[in-house]
Amino acid sequence: MTSNDSIIEIKNLKTYLGRSWVHQGLNLAVKRGEILGIVGGSGTGKTTLLREILNLTQPVSGSIKIFGHELTTASANTLFAIQQRWGVLFQSNALFSSLTLLDNVIFPLNEHTLLDYETMKDLALLKILMVGLPIDSALKYPAELSGGMQKRAGLARAIILDPELIFLDEPTAGLDPNTAAGLDELILNLQSTMGLTIVMVTHDLDSLWRITNRVAFLGQGVVLCIDNMAKLVKNPNPLIQAFFGGQRGRAAEEGYQHDQHEK
Amino acid sequence: MTAQDSIHYDSEKRQFNCRGDWDLAHLPHLQTFIANIPWPRAGEITVNGESVCKMDSAGAWLIVQLQHNLKKKGLHVLLTHFPDESQKLLHIIEKKMSDETTLPEVKKTNLFSIVGASTVVQLAEFQEYLVFVGRLTYEALRLILYPTHWRWKSLASVLYRTGYQGLPIIALLSFLIGVVLTYQMGLQLRNYGANIYIVDLLGLSVLREFAPLITAIMVSGRTGSAFTASIGMMKLNQEIDALTTLGVTPAELLLLPRIIGLFISLPLLTMWSDIFGVLGGMVMSNTMLGITWYDFLHRFPHVIPLRSFIIGIGKAPVFALIIASIGCFQGVQVKNSADSVGLNTTRSVVLAIFFIIVADAIFSIIFSKMKL
Repeated sequence: MTSNDSIIEIKNLKTYLGRSWVHQGLNLAVKRGEILGIVGGSGTGKTTLLREILNLTQPVSGSIKIFGHELTTASANTLFAIQQRWGVLFQSNALFSSLTLLDNVIFPLNEHTLLDYETMKDLALLKILMVGLPIDSALKYPAELSGGMQKRAGLARAIILDPELIFLDEPTAGLDPNTAAGLDELILNLQSTMGLTIVMVTHDLDSLWRITNRVAFLGQGVVLCIDNMAKLVKNPNPLIQAFFGGQRGRAAEEGYQHDQHEK
Repeated sequence: MTAQDSIHYDSEKRQFNCRGDWDLAHLPHLQTFIANIPWPRAGEITVNGESVCKMDSAGAWLIVQLQHNLKKKGLHVLLTHFPDESQKLLHIIEKKMSDETTLPEVKKTNLFSIVGASTVVQLAEFQEYLVFVGRLTYEALRLILYPTHWRWKSLASVLYRTGYQGLPIIALLSFLIGVVLTYQMGLQLRNYGANIYIVDLLGLSVLREFAPLITAIMVSGRTGSAFTASIGMMKLNQEIDALTTLGVTPAELLLLPRIIGLFISLPLLTMWSDIFGVLGGMVMSNTMLGITWYDFLHRFPHVIPLRSFIIGIGKAPVFALIIASIGCFQGVQVKNSADSVGLNTTRSVVLAIFFIIVADAIFSIIFSKMKL
């Protein structure tokens, strides 16, 4: 398995939504084992792109290949096999409100494996501990957990099947800086121990600097630039400059460089 | 790859060889295979991970689990030759498992405590309902003094949705009830040649009982449930909190217009139902019992006192208060989850119908005591 082969390959993707073209011939390849960030201003189709990769929205034309299978024409069986190999953390966590945290995490196991309940429970508890939740939160309902804990719980559910590929939709949105940094750390940690490929949509500049290997910048319906952060911020495209060149962008960059020096 | 290929246990060397894929997909096979291995009673065992192709956290968990179980049996387990990534994973999982405490036990309850707990819950809910009604009454009285806060638009929209849009279905149902009643009673009356008395029977039963009851039950299914669901979703969405912080009490904008709106529209719907119930009966009397339109309409005012109509209509506001207050109360009681919206909507309809019938029974007793 070379590090160069692509786990997701998107070619010439076109999407028409809400009376306008969201994607106009978008190309993107995600390499195995990398953490790819997807950024772009509001309304540039980041979430739509994610939904298309997850087969929740159908594009007008173009090809999306995931694990080497063409997604747009995949049969139900292929799709089922693909769905076992990815995990998703939605923006609003999408935990099942009628199930306890433990049952939420067990749910994918129950659907996709033939394990007995004790094993499933142990595996789920392990994942709950791995994302840094206390053990007694396992029997609580999602509504009883704080925002940060819900994010972690969502992540535990996303990684329960030991997927090769994880999608994170704004994992640090709405979290306090401390919790957000903790979550960044956790994502890095999981990636290194479990060899995951991670695709994340985020606006969090600190996260982008700290954990991504490459960042794809969406704009005008295409990927304007895909590179690591250090090179991306030097890209002369006015949209990219407007995004990273502001005060917050520079502050995040300086913060990152400061941390690097200290290390 | 089968389990036999994934595991090889050499009892001579006391060596346990892991091969191939140790992942979630193979976990059930691996588990059954491990369970069947004849472990020695004591001593040391080496677990060799040299030829493991793929190990995920489930596989690593199994190995750590195995290590724990064997340790309990008094065996010492040594992990050797695992690839670097697997070792990292094993290390992390071992650390997590060592501080893993068991889940807190869920207390088992017996029949008595279940009955007791649910009684307490019901009583508490009843108390909350009284508090809700009290607050709403206070709010309504307070708002009387501030006509600028009267929400005419909300009221109009409630009237439109609960009243106007309900007209066709109420008309159809009442018409059918009139037809059915006439058919059943007509069969009996015809035996005695007392066809014309169908007017008395039908008029009294429709005006006094059937029209108010059918309309109220229909409306509690149509409107009470809608009240609960919409207010419940607004609560989940924090819209009610937003209103409160904007200085608009939910009672003023959401609850009172609904209650007052239904208070107005239900008597009107009941009257509508009266008309169609009698009409249905009239059509059936004409075709089945041979009573002409003229005879029917001529006899009707002579034998049906106005009192019956007023009693029937008089019940409607009470039913309206029951439906609207329960619907709104259950909506406000929605907590946290989508499930709760469904549960409270069901409760709203069931409770509303229950109390409508209870109230109707109480009315009957009162009217019979008053000889009305």
